[in-house]
Amino acid sequence: MDARANRNVTNVLIVGVGGQGVVMVSKVLALLCQQQGYDVKQSEVHGMAKRGGAVFGHVRYGDVVHSPTIPAGEADILVSLEWAEGMRWLDQLNPDTGIFISDTHKIVPPFACRNRRRGQVPVYSKETPAEILDEVAQGYALDAAGIATRLGNERAANTVLLGLMSTALGFPEEAWLDVICDFVPAKSVEINKAAFLEGREWVKTASVPEAPVVADPMPDPGPEFRNELEIIPAWCKGCDICVRMCPEKCLELNADQVVVIPRPDDCTGCRICEWLCPDFAIKLHTVAVVQPHTDEILAEV
Amino acid sequence: MDQLSGAGLSTAIQSDNTCAMMGNEAIARGVWEAGARVCAAYPGTPSTEIMEEIGTYPAEDVNAEWSSNEKTALDIAIGASFSGVRAFTSMKHVGLNVASDSLMSQSYIGVNGGLVLGVCDDPGIHSSQNEQDTRLFARFAGVPVLEPADAQEALDYTRIAFDLSERFDTPVIVRSTTRISHTRSTVRTGSRIEPKAGMFHDDITKNVIIPTHARLRHGPVLQREAKIGAWFDQSGLVTWLRGSGTNGVITVGPAAAYVMEVMPDADVLKLPSSFPLATGTLKKFIESVENVVVVEELEPLVEEQLKVLGYKVEGKKYFPREGELSPQNVREGFEKCGFLEPSNRTPPVSGEAIARPPVLCAGCPHISSYMALNAVNARVAGDIGCYTLAAIPPLHAIHTTVAMGCSIGNAVGMARAGTDDRPAVATIGDSTFLHSGIPPLIDAVYSNANITVLLLDNHITAMTGGQDHAGTGRNLRGKEAPRVDFAELCRSLGVKWVREVDSYNIGAIHRDVREATEYKGVAVLISNRPCVLDPAKIKGEPVQVRTEKCTACQSCMNLGCPAITWDDEIYDGHRKIFIDPASCIGCSMCTQYCPVDGIRPLVN
Repeated sequence: MDARANRNVTNVLIVGVGGQGVVMVSKVLALLCQQQGYDVKQSEVHGMAKRGGAVFGHVRYGDVVHSPTIPAGEADILVSLEWAEGMRWLDQLNPDTGIFISDTHKIVPPFACRNRRRGQVPVYSKETPAEILDEVAQGYALDAAGIATRLGNERAANTVLLGLMSTALGFPEEAWLDVICDFVPAKSVEINKAAFLEGREWVKTASVPEAPVVADPMPDPGPEFRNELEIIPAWCKGCDICVRMCPEKCLELNADQVVVIPRPDDCTGCRICEWLCPDFAIKLHTVAVVQPHTDEILAEV
Repeated sequence: MDQLSGAGLSTAIQSDNTCAMMGNEAIARGVWEAGARVCAAYPGTPSTEIMEEIGTYPAEDVNAEWSSNEKTALDIAIGASFSGVRAFTSMKHVGLNVASDSLMSQSYIGVNGGLVLGVCDDPGIHSSQNEQDTRLFARFAGVPVLEPADAQEALDYTRIAFDLSERFDTPVIVRSTTRISHTRSTVRTGSRIEPKAGMFHDDITKNVIIPTHARLRHGPVLQREAKIGAWFDQSGLVTWLRGSGTNGVITVGPAAAYVMEVMPDADVLKLPSSFPLATGTLKKFIESVENVVVVEELEPLVEEQLKVLGYKVEGKKYFPREGELSPQNVREGFEKCGFLEPSNRTPPVSGEAIARPPVLCAGCPHISSYMALNAVNARVAGDIGCYTLAAIPPLHAIHTTVAMGCSIGNAVGMARAGTDDRPAVATIGDSTFLHSGIPPLIDAVYSNANITVLLLDNHITAMTGGQDHAGTGRNLRGKEAPRVDFAELCRSLGVKWVREVDSYNIGAIHRDVREATEYKGVAVLISNRPCVLDPAKIKGEPVQVRTEKCTACQSCMNLGCPAITWDDEIYDGHRKIFIDPASCIGCSMCTQYCPVDGIRPLVN
């Protein structure tokens, strides 16, 4: 180990969601760099990766590489297999010279769809490709998943992005293809080759694609509603159906075996208790909430 | 570079074969090259791949097996060492807590065949319950610890560890971290040496650690520390990089890579070990420079020892004591202590990050168990495994998680305390139950506690990536092995209420959880369904939402299944449901929960 050697190191950060093939892209790049005679370090984190979490891989190559991780703000290339993951790691990219490459494909996490109230939209990154490409030193956003699907397997999207990335690194095309052929299972060699070449071709006609669409906007939700549950105790026979079926678990039986709503704020107004009650003992009223600040504004006027 | 003269290591045979290896693969290679014959481990991130990799070397060279827990693994290795062969065990940092009872004694007893423990720490807590520093354990036990900084050193130090163990009659710890274990870099490999097979040494004053013998052994353990420190001075393993003689940095293990990255021109002394210290070289180094800082990950072990020796050094005053080191926090440390000028950088471009925590898999058989526990309003003591994810919304069904095998004891305590009118339930996976769940279940029966144990049998050690155990019917090399019958085991311990249930049968699991929690005494309900990922990835025909039926109640979202998301169609101001056919495995749990029969198999 000679610490005084030339510290000419290239940093590539590959990110995505567990199961998309982040590790495959990292490994192919690391293997190629090693074959080309560079010192390489490729770092990844295992464990939770399979379970739909955020996954990243650091690849650093050069004459001598010390740190296994890329210093913040010094990634030369950021490759993102999913749009919002690109947003998460964007601050790791070198702001002066870094190249940003991202699939516009979206994977909305289950956590983004948890608020059951009226008029909700899934939580997702607001930035559009056009905005981001405008801010980074050099950027490419493409529908790699769409390209891969057209070629016959959506899972080859990572290889499309690998192809696009390869145009920034200057190793010969044959060397890339050799490593990919060695790496992927025999039955998927052809599609991965095609996906890689498609990615390399795409850069020649690069354009800014449409923003990833997460969900259609709700029709105008109108005024905010408050949910009021009317329970008729005399009709309730304590059968427990509504208590067990309430998705928000906001109902309970009291000491008299009559249903009550101890957590009225948790009610999202899904009406399932109203529909399931065999005795018609529950009614949902949705009451428009008058915004207090609107009153103040009116008063001022 | 100024390397000190080598100390003539017997295993220093290297070929020119190079290949890219993860740190864990390199440790495994080192074990094989050193001629180890008996290896055993319990899986734990980030150490798991070490034993898996050892299992890829020929069975006639090395025995590799999964044990029920880290202590039984270490005990197996100790037995092999007694019998004169080189032996190895690997574990994650918290695994050493379990194995420590044996380690503490073995430190006094010493070794016959070389005995090495590969222990992987998890600074930054990527996949653990704490970030304890194994180096403190090494000092506590009085055994040397070797700390590789990359995969090459992981291989070399592992080989050296066996020599060190035999030369100084001590177990040796090779301490890795998540970053070393899971970083791939170029490694030059060597060939396997076949150490002369030893014999059992009959010497009860050494091998039987009763008080009389232990008193005789404690002195040598303390003397060993100084001897090994002096050996490190001469070993050639201490690296001294010369700079201008002004600012000196003492570093060890993974921290060294970050120091080299951000301080290429300083005087750097890189140690192979934090315990015992190469005090001779350290003295020369500290005297050769004007200012000294110590950069080490987690605890200030080197720093404190140097301070006790009377040197004026600083460390944790500038560098973080918690979390993983990185090029940027090491740089900031050097800026704070004046070794580096503050840098002016362009502010980064940033985007909005969304929460993407790990979730239980689509079709995970644990899901319905926790739905059923919610339905009976149980007070749930959880354990270590994938199912810990049921603690977070929407399942929100686990109220405590402490450490491996704690759930059953915790539930007994909750029931004894009697401050809660909710039924006390312990949930524990099959592998964790075998690891350390059986003694507390015996206690529960013995003390007639009123608890329910939900044994989540998914036929694999899932969280660590699918390893076999005594309940799977296969061994580490994939060969058929005897299989623990959980129901019979529980009955033999005296549990009167034992039942098995298919966790995809929602009606059955709700009924059985209710009956188990109503039973007065110890009830064991075994939910029986294989993991959807390992050993085989399960993918059946997906189910589909009958959108015209869906009333957007979103009850199915309570499952937390990642295949279930929102649709663009709206009903009464709420979004209807969409099931992603690519992720759905057709387990049918949501079909059974839907109150309006709105989810059906795709084929109909």
